[in-house]
Amino acid sequence: MLQYVVKRLLSTIPVLFGISLLLFFMLRMLPGDPAQVLAGQMASQEDIKLIRHQLGLDRPIIVQYGLFLSRLTRFDLGRSARTQNPVIREVWARLPNTVLLAVVAITLACVFGIPAGIFAAVRPYTWIDYLFTSMALFGISMPVFWLGLMLVVIFSVVLHWLPAGGTGSWKHVVLPSFTLAAFVVAFITRMTRASMIEALSQDYTTTARSKGLKEQVVIVKHALKNALIPIITVVGLQFGLLLGGAVLTETVFAWPGIGRLIVDSILARDYPVIQGAILIFGLLYILVNLFVDMIYALIDPRIRYD
Amino acid sequence: MTETTQPQSRRIQRSADSQLRRNWAKLRRNKTALVGGILILIYLITALLAPVLFPSNPSAPNLSRSLERPSIADPLGTDELGRSILGRVIYGSRVSLLIAIGVVFVGLLVGVPLGLVSGYYGGKVDFGIQRVTDTLLAFPGFLLALALVAVLGVGLKNTIISVGISMVPIYIRLVRGCALSVREQTYVEAAKAVGTRDRIILLRHILPNVMIPITIQTSLGMGTGILSAAALGFLGLGVQPPTPEWGAMLGSGRAYLFHAPHVATFPGIAIFLAVLGFNLAGDGLRDVLDPRFRL
Repeated sequence: MLQYVVKRLLSTIPVLFGISLLLFFMLRMLPGDPAQVLAGQMASQEDIKLIRHQLGLDRPIIVQYGLFLSRLTRFDLGRSARTQNPVIREVWARLPNTVLLAVVAITLACVFGIPAGIFAAVRPYTWIDYLFTSMALFGISMPVFWLGLMLVVIFSVVLHWLPAGGTGSWKHVVLPSFTLAAFVVAFITRMTRASMIEALSQDYTTTARSKGLKEQVVIVKHALKNALIPIITVVGLQFGLLLGGAVLTETVFAWPGIGRLIVDSILARDYPVIQGAILIFGLLYILVNLFVDMIYALIDPRIRYD
Repeated sequence: MTETTQPQSRRIQRSADSQLRRNWAKLRRNKTALVGGILILIYLITALLAPVLFPSNPSAPNLSRSLERPSIADPLGTDELGRSILGRVIYGSRVSLLIAIGVVFVGLLVGVPLGLVSGYYGGKVDFGIQRVTDTLLAFPGFLLALALVAVLGVGLKNTIISVGISMVPIYIRLVRGCALSVREQTYVEAAKAVGTRDRIILLRHILPNVMIPITIQTSLGMGTGILSAAALGFLGLGVQPPTPEWGAMLGSGRAYLFHAPHVATFPGIAIFLAVLGFNLAGDGLRDVLDPRFRL
């Protein structure tokens, strides 16, 4: 297992290298001068030249990338063009907020999505199935930022139950995490339903039933246990969707996470922060998928990584 | 030889026609596809007949009527500049339709040829294309679109390119997977054996056989495209004012959420219904054309 984890971790290096290459060249080779943005409209050519030199933008692009990579190995992602703070510090300060939101949202999505999918699969093509599958389809089609705004209107503007944005208490987490959860619950419901329908039609389920086991035992111990792998895969994949959704949710609720940092940095053309934050998002996504791979072995003893 | 081949090709043509008719009949009976089709039809009619449905200029400000609530005169109310939200929602359908078509076009134009080549040739070509695809897939789709917007800048054209490119890896993977299995079929081997050129095999034998998953993905992709473009608009990184774009309308309505929530409500409903239409149609198409993938 340890050998597999090390191998998988090593296999992420080329992907991370690819991401860094893509991000670096994409952001450097196209229009827009970060030195000009940083210096402002009134700055003289001298000021712009100085800033360009400080950021290393006056050096050949290959040298810039080489420096970027060498700094990357020391976890140095450069300095923000706006605040002059190290990018890693900017990202690190916001990471716990984004992780908190993502973990609460994915937990909520599983708590609602998995039972909904099971109910729909146990009674396929009945009103309960149509209800849950319709809700799932509505969830997939709904713009997350609009849902967030509507929740603010209902729970903050009309009912005054919850704050409209910001951080500070558990109350601040409720609306953003529900909004983010709605974004992924639909996918989890649909995948749970599909895998459960398949598992419930397998021979081992028929055998379990013919042994006279209670229906709940058949569903939970026999069908669900076998249906869990695709469900966990989809939960892992949804984590990526969640990171994309976090950009929008954090903007709607003024939540100080990495998503909002990316949007603010794009608006200010703060290239080092855009690069660093997206790189960290990519790394998080890869690590979550690695974690999901490892969970497979715990759920299904047939899976061996030696 | 000709006498025996012609009736045979007619029989093949007839069988293909009847398959098409059977699928069409199944599609009409499928309630999901029907509801999706109706929503798409309403959306298309609204977009095409926008100047007839709302003859005034939807971007002309009228500050004396700023933030009016829905009324008989303006069924959806007015925005911060006194512009009719109904008019802007109607004209917004044109912009979002253009985006949906453009985004899918970019995805298909780049993704399908690369997927076909990758799956058909295999080897080093496949390895190279797949490593680039892996890198692109390491970004969640919306983040990739955001990164591209950061580079290309805001606006309609750049929104289409950014969201379209973020869809390319999905098309590459989908088409490659199908091409991998189709290239092993006897008819492809037969075509190779008689010396048919690769380009002809790809276009005449492989491509028609991957059309079903492409069609389904195109319908779903249009929904995703509308959502992603609206999200960029909402963040202020997509289509810019005064162009009536649903996401940007939502974004500007956010500032008036406490005293004029209608400004942000109706564009959101429009996005939801359009995306729902494409998702329902995609699901219906999948049920009818490819029941193996039914969720």
